[in-house]
Amino acid sequence: MDALTVPALVLDASELGVREVNARLRTLPAGVTAHVVNPAGQHNLAVALDVAARVVLAGPAGYYAGALGRQADVVVTGRVGPGAAENLMSGSVRVEGSAGQSLAASAHGGLVVVTGDASLRAGISLKGGEIAVAGDVGRYGAFLAQAGTILVGGDAGADLGDSLYEAVIYVAGRIASLGTDARVEDLTGADVDAVTALAARAGFTHVDPQNVTRVASARELYHFTTHHAGSY
Amino acid sequence: MCGIAGLQLRDPALHPRLGELLAAMTAQLADRGPDSAGIGVYGDPELGPPGRTTVSLLDAPPDAASRIAQELSAGGPDGPVDGVRVRTRGATTLVSTALGAFTQGALLAATAAALPDVLVTGHGEGFAVLKEVGDPRAIAERLDLVSVTGYQAVAHTRMATESAVTRSGCHPFSVGPMQCLVHNGSFHNHASIRRELAAAGVRFDSDNDSEVGARFVAHQLAGGVDLEKALRLLGERFDGFFTLLVTTGDSFAVVRDRIACKPAVVAETDAWVAMASEYRALCALPGIESAHVFEPEPEEVYLWTR
Repeated sequence: MDALTVPALVLDASELGVREVNARLRTLPAGVTAHVVNPAGQHNLAVALDVAARVVLAGPAGYYAGALGRQADVVVTGRVGPGAAENLMSGSVRVEGSAGQSLAASAHGGLVVVTGDASLRAGISLKGGEIAVAGDVGRYGAFLAQAGTILVGGDAGADLGDSLYEAVIYVAGRIASLGTDARVEDLTGADVDAVTALAARAGFTHVDPQNVTRVASARELYHFTTHHAGSY
Repeated sequence: MCGIAGLQLRDPALHPRLGELLAAMTAQLADRGPDSAGIGVYGDPELGPPGRTTVSLLDAPPDAASRIAQELSAGGPDGPVDGVRVRTRGATTLVSTALGAFTQGALLAATAAALPDVLVTGHGEGFAVLKEVGDPRAIAERLDLVSVTGYQAVAHTRMATESAVTRSGCHPFSVGPMQCLVHNGSFHNHASIRRELAAAGVRFDSDNDSEVGARFVAHQLAGGVDLEKALRLLGERFDGFFTLLVTTGDSFAVVRDRIACKPAVVAETDAWVAMASEYRALCALPGIESAHVFEPEPEEVYLWTR
């Protein structure tokens, strides 16, 4: 997944436009690396790829970078806008920079790595897969997240894990505040193993797996309770 | 959806390029607001000469300047004032007179008396507002945006939601001296706040929700509150979605509501601070590669002063 691999194909987004770039990326043979140059923050680059290829967006990308992908490994050498890796199914999206709001929203699988910070609502409605952010995540992180794992190498903003279902969050730094129904739980050996493995796959060396905070759902918000029986 | 772009240039060497940079930013945001566009410009000697106060008038009659001059000559304890200068750019007429304690208020009063039905879109020293209905790229051409110079500017591309596509609904809303407010989002309780402000004597030009925000800020500033406090009060009082860029003669401020779903990106270098709805609008700025780039936090007031 390194950006230095010699590319088989170089596509200039400023000349081809987003649609043509994406059309060509969707025909990449397995194992091939393609570079997209001059992305200039344009939206929807490398979306909905279903090829076992590598794509490097060589510069900052806009909304939904690498979203909706299967199999493909997408690397962005710059920041990404809102909704990067949204609804990712498998494969990976690696952002060598910071991410805009709603990183990996509703992703079902795959690995999403951000080497900088992620803004508001990282991992909102996450349905599976893994997110690893080297730096901080903004407010409302993991809102409504249903499944999957989120590792925060830095600090987490306010209202972390609000209305969380079964996703698990690990935070290496400080947590500004927890959202409704999120709680801190004891770290088990299985947690340490999971964080060790995820940090290794993300390439993070600054996270000590023994010293992260595990945040999960208190499960008081989404179960029916007899307390409400009288309402029916 | 609407598009916002703004630039405060710290490096005077960039002042001649203000319009060129703003045009590049605005072009990237045309898709976000295809029905109207406008800019507020600080420090362009052609649009708003230094040392003079300028009123920006939208769709003014050809004899607007002479009617204002007549009105100025006719009244006032200090007698006739120094010559009136006029420029037109697109649908906007810019009328200026020498700046002074007398002419500051007198020009506005004379404009209101001479042209009671003409929309005043801005006023202040070295300051101009140009806005109209239409495609933002075409408007930028009509206004010759690339030729604009100065130390600060804001731009807005509008996709109307709360009110009609009319010239009085275009942004920026500039309702106090050298003030600009541009808004992406919608205020939900604007009718209630409009009634309160109206009861306090504030007059409105449109049914637009964003105008209520601009009038609220101007009302606070006129009452002696500073811009940061005014925007905090706005955040407490207004319900709805908003990313706002608010500028005055020396300040450039960004604030978002507590959910912050309307996008905003700020970039800052030693040479400039810029804000836009989307990062792609910042890509043409010199030194963007090494700029400090971040999305503003909800409910925080970010303020930069020259």
